[in-house]
Amino acid sequence: MSSPEFSAGEAPAEKVTEVTGTGIPVRGNDIDTDQIIPARFMKVVTFDGLGQFSFFDQRFDDDDNEKDHPFNEEQYQGANVLVVNANFGCGSSREHAPQALMRWGIDAVVGESFAEIFAGNCLALGIPTVTADQEEIEALQDYVEANPDAEVDIDVAAETITYGDTVVDATVHDAQRKALVEGVWDTTALMGANESAVRETARSLPYVPAEHIPEDEA
Amino acid sequence: MSEGTLYDKVWDRHKVTALPTGQDQLFVGLHLVHEVTSPQAFGMLRERDQEVAFPKRTHATVDHIVPTGNRDRPYRDEAAENMMAELEENVRGSGIDFSDPDSGDQGIVHVIGPEQGLTQPGMTIVCGDSHTSTHGAFGALAFGIGTSQIRDVLATGCIAMEKQKVRKIEVTGELGEGVTAKDVILTIIGKLGTDGGVGYVYEYAGEAIEDLGMEGRMSICNMSIEGGARAGYVNPDETTYEWLAETDAFADDPEEFERLKPYWESIRTDDDAEYDDVVTIDGSAIEPTVTWGTTPGQTAGITEPIPDPDDLPEEDRDTARRAQKHMRVDPGDTMEGYDIDVAFLGSCTNARLKDLREAAAFVEGREVDDDVRAMVVPGSQRVRDAAEAEGLDEIFKQAGFDWREPGCSMCLGMNDDQLVGDEASASSSNRNFVGRQGSKDGRTVLMSPIMVAAAAVTGEVTDVREMEEVATV
Repeated sequence: MSSPEFSAGEAPAEKVTEVTGTGIPVRGNDIDTDQIIPARFMKVVTFDGLGQFSFFDQRFDDDDNEKDHPFNEEQYQGANVLVVNANFGCGSSREHAPQALMRWGIDAVVGESFAEIFAGNCLALGIPTVTADQEEIEALQDYVEANPDAEVDIDVAAETITYGDTVVDATVHDAQRKALVEGVWDTTALMGANESAVRETARSLPYVPAEHIPEDEA
Repeated sequence: MSEGTLYDKVWDRHKVTALPTGQDQLFVGLHLVHEVTSPQAFGMLRERDQEVAFPKRTHATVDHIVPTGNRDRPYRDEAAENMMAELEENVRGSGIDFSDPDSGDQGIVHVIGPEQGLTQPGMTIVCGDSHTSTHGAFGALAFGIGTSQIRDVLATGCIAMEKQKVRKIEVTGELGEGVTAKDVILTIIGKLGTDGGVGYVYEYAGEAIEDLGMEGRMSICNMSIEGGARAGYVNPDETTYEWLAETDAFADDPEEFERLKPYWESIRTDDDAEYDDVVTIDGSAIEPTVTWGTTPGQTAGITEPIPDPDDLPEEDRDTARRAQKHMRVDPGDTMEGYDIDVAFLGSCTNARLKDLREAAAFVEGREVDDDVRAMVVPGSQRVRDAAEAEGLDEIFKQAGFDWREPGCSMCLGMNDDQLVGDEASASSSNRNFVGRQGSKDGRTVLMSPIMVAAAAVTGEVTDVREMEEVATV
């Protein structure tokens, strides 16, 4: 196994302290990953090109005609802050869901609440999942609808969402905030620095045969 | 914070170190791999010029895209063939064992792990699939991960996680006739909601859970994620050990079984353990339960009325209204008598031998309704072989079911097995999301395998308790 390219303690990923841009609202609770990216678009071996399939079945009818959906609307085409409601991203573990949104142009998601695996997958891509109360989210969705060109600013470190004259107290989960702000969300590199401790843990477990544990490098 | 639970103990045994993010680095005891979520992770590994750290703690199979009819290579579906070829190259190049169709061991990843004895108590188990929670039935700490986390596990043998809270769900009493593990978990999700488990791991306990065999415990743990809980588990006991003793891991090596048993016993939740939350559910009051909507939390007992959205908590009303419109159901009605077009018996929730046996007992000597297309998709090649050895395939075929090769199939419609148009399906699977079974107008009613059998025969959602079991199997 090769060593990671940095030494332990060095920040192994880009710092994400702030996301600024225009918003796009997608309303509704329990929007699942099958809606974000239907399974038939996952028959691929790379994530390239997934952006165009975001919310596909909500955006197109059987004859591929456009339906009413924010992702189809002209005024949101440059948006990068997605504003959603409760339990967004529930369902499958497919990273294809945040990958599709990211490749469509989304850099941050703001909502009432998120499914855990989805939030974890977003973090692995450096996308903050920021939460606020229901009324505050709905007010932000209304604002974005009325002002599609207005700037929305998410301060990950300060846990605020700023738009117009409004500053919303938001929440970024502790570990996520730390990972993004300090640039330590590339966990492969972070954990790779602890190789010998990993082997020690493996050796301490009765069910792991010695021959399953790689030898320490000289 | 919880203390003395299986979750606490398994976590502590696998903790490598605390990370600067505030997460813990956990060693992964078993990494299961399938074709849909892994290729990008292997690609990321190659980009970084890294190798698989623990190939012998990794096991692969093919399930999501694999055809369940003609499986001659190359697969007729070019995209499926490409994914299969990519998986073969990735695992063979890394020294990872692969239960492929030629091995006779292929199947849905959450069926083959337990049946081969790869899944054991006290392990940490991950897979790029949300239904990895299934393996918790053995007292393992098992959860689904995304592709970047698969890369983490391939490269380091570890996962970065934050510790969660533990909720004990105690199901008391005895389950009634015609009531199965599936009805229990649908009831739990119906009560606690699809996001009720976010931030929690579920420990399932109580008489009704202890009375279940491993198949039933797997069905329950499998759907933990549908209730928002990333993992769920049952403490290992004699039922667990009986299953394990017969698997490949221990059948020829009873000494190894005896060597590991003290470890399995040691990670059981202590009698004086502390939980973050405890919920008690009366198991004897559970009816055969089905979904009426488009989330697995929109459930009702078969004799219970579909709720009026106006009577639900405010945050659930809008979702309920849209669901009832999609499903074309009305508040106040029951789901009994709801016309179905398709009966699907399969998936990682309910496609094990016991599920097929129980369904066959209701199908034998009867015929599938003329307006229904019905299929059985066994969970693995071993399940299929064992079922055929008992003659279950003949029972299903004589009744008019299609008897297919193993895979995920119509649970998510990534192969040819899909709903068409607005077909309604009685399904033993785990998700009734809009579009889930391959058609965006398709309608899914989740239920137990015996309820699927009953619906296949009558052509409508049916209270299985009103049907006579014709079992000779």
